[in-house]
Amino acid sequence: MIKSRIDRRHFIVRAAQAAGLLLLTGCDNLSRSEWFPRVLRSAEGVTRRVQRLITPRKAMAREYAESDRSAVFPTNGTVKPENPDYQAHVQNGFADWKLSVSGLVQHPAEFSLTDLRRLPSRSQITRHDCVEGWSAIAKWKGVPLKEILDRVRPLAPARYVVFYSADPDETGRKYYESIDFDDAYHPQTLLAYEINDQTLPVAHGAPIRLRLERQLGYKMAKYIMRIELVESFQSIAGGRGGYWEDQGYEWYAGI
Amino acid sequence: MSDSLDSSTEPADVPTPDESEAPRAGELAAATPMDSPEPSPGRSGAESNATGEPPSATVRWIYRHSVPVRLAHWINVICLPILVMSGFQIFNAHPALYWGERSDRDRPILALDAAYMENGEVRGVTRVFGHAFDTTGILGASADSNGRLHRRGFPAWATIPSFQWLAMGRRWHFFFAWIFAINGFFFGLYALLSRHLDRDLFPSLKDLRGIGRALRDHLLFRHSGGDAASRYNVLQKLAYTGVVFGLGPLILLTGLTMSPGLDAAFPGLLTVFGGRQSARTIHFIVCFMFVGFVAVHLFMVAVSGLWNNLRSMLVGRYRVVEVDSQPVRPTQRAGATERGRLHPASPVKARTWLCQSERGDGGHRRSEARSGPRVRVPATRAPINRGRA
Repeated sequence: MIKSRIDRRHFIVRAAQAAGLLLLTGCDNLSRSEWFPRVLRSAEGVTRRVQRLITPRKAMAREYAESDRSAVFPTNGTVKPENPDYQAHVQNGFADWKLSVSGLVQHPAEFSLTDLRRLPSRSQITRHDCVEGWSAIAKWKGVPLKEILDRVRPLAPARYVVFYSADPDETGRKYYESIDFDDAYHPQTLLAYEINDQTLPVAHGAPIRLRLERQLGYKMAKYIMRIELVESFQSIAGGRGGYWEDQGYEWYAGI
Repeated sequence: MSDSLDSSTEPADVPTPDESEAPRAGELAAATPMDSPEPSPGRSGAESNATGEPPSATVRWIYRHSVPVRLAHWINVICLPILVMSGFQIFNAHPALYWGERSDRDRPILALDAAYMENGEVRGVTRVFGHAFDTTGILGASADSNGRLHRRGFPAWATIPSFQWLAMGRRWHFFFAWIFAINGFFFGLYALLSRHLDRDLFPSLKDLRGIGRALRDHLLFRHSGGDAASRYNVLQKLAYTGVVFGLGPLILLTGLTMSPGLDAAFPGLLTVFGGRQSARTIHFIVCFMFVGFVAVHLFMVAVSGLWNNLRSMLVGRYRVVEVDSQPVRPTQRAGATERGRLHPASPVKARTWLCQSERGDGGHRRSEARSGPRVRVPATRAPINRGRA
């Protein structure tokens, strides 16, 4: 009887090990397969719809006190774009830099940094949540994206606002991001030109970066050069609506 | 039926009003005259067996887990390991925990770091409240697929996917989080509506008074048999209600608090959990409480009759052994004629009396399984059965 008990214990341990190995290799193979990630991705649409359903369109992200700000606001992603045109802009303080807004709009326009600073502005102390898991709090000042959109007047078929950045990665692919109109017209969605009362430094995305307070950090493109309004982003780069999205991250980064 | 129960001579067995209203499936089946075509012959006659061994115990079968309970259980079995391991994958992207809204990197509660030695070697360093521990090989730094140590929070064998791939870890996590949450919601609803919750899961005052005895019995590995085995004991009730209605909602809500979208919709989440980073830390702690629960659960399942437990969670049938020296009640005598036959669950509504059974001395039980219902239970175990409170 004792022997059989030991046998059984061995059996259980072996079975657990085999199950573990099966689980691991199985999950790795599924992750690399064509069909399974597509199944997993179906959850993103559910998450987006449900979150949008239960979140009032103008629900505001929490705003914090000055004293809540992080002593050090970490920089992430590109901190110094390896792009000669961009370097030239840095050299002369973005004096010649112009933000072009085009695509499905009635009045395509260009805005200099001075133009943007003259438009109505908003300051907010908000929490920046990275997809990696960390959070940092800073004060941001910028022009609400709504102010820009009101001036260029989107055409009826326009559904997404696409931001093109100056920073190429090591393979030369440039950063870009896209958001829909729910987020584009949200009061806290800014083209920020200041962080903690300082002109936005290069490491944080000079001259302007997007603030999109209800989504994760990777949605908030830095080094924005150009904005385009489109009906669909399927023909842009990898077709998933953003640099990280093309590498498997969610387009809807509300969670 | 309820009369016969009430006439029990064992004080500990006097049923609560609820119990007498709703007798257990097996008992009712056993006591229903229609189910006992032969007249109750009395204990001694019924207990005789082919080998002429002295009569000692009765076996009856109960319908222990209803279909919704079994379904919910196995969905959890799939979801939990995936959620834990894909969660570790996500955690590895920033393997440190903080308290409050911010993650001030100089003030982590827990950090799975790596330190590089002068000779180029990498060591895993786990810091808990500033105290550093060398955890090379498991936490902070562990072997990659080539066997080389490299910087990594949780090791490859504990994450989905096994290599660093945050985007894919998130896909797994959120997909199975939906299934886990929906499963939990419907199980909670079912438990409430079917009265599984107040009949089987929610501990009564009487249960709670017996907690000391239950703790002692568990620590001594004395597991109840007979009547007591047909229902959950107080520790099981506390564990299961705690997990289903405590840890479950808690891990869901702390997970949702990490969502900047939902924080805007429900700022109260941030207030309740003390900030996004606190919520992340609580999420992590509750994850390990789930892991701890599963470890204890698996251990108890194994030592309290592995196959019996497994069978009951797979097909519902659960074997209960009535021990001879327990005061014999009319219902049990009647049941004796029925032994060896699976009592159909149909005479009563599908009930879910569950819990652990006789000890897991496997060889003994396996032989029973082959030769039918003959059961010999050492007399020394009898007092344990009386221990039910």
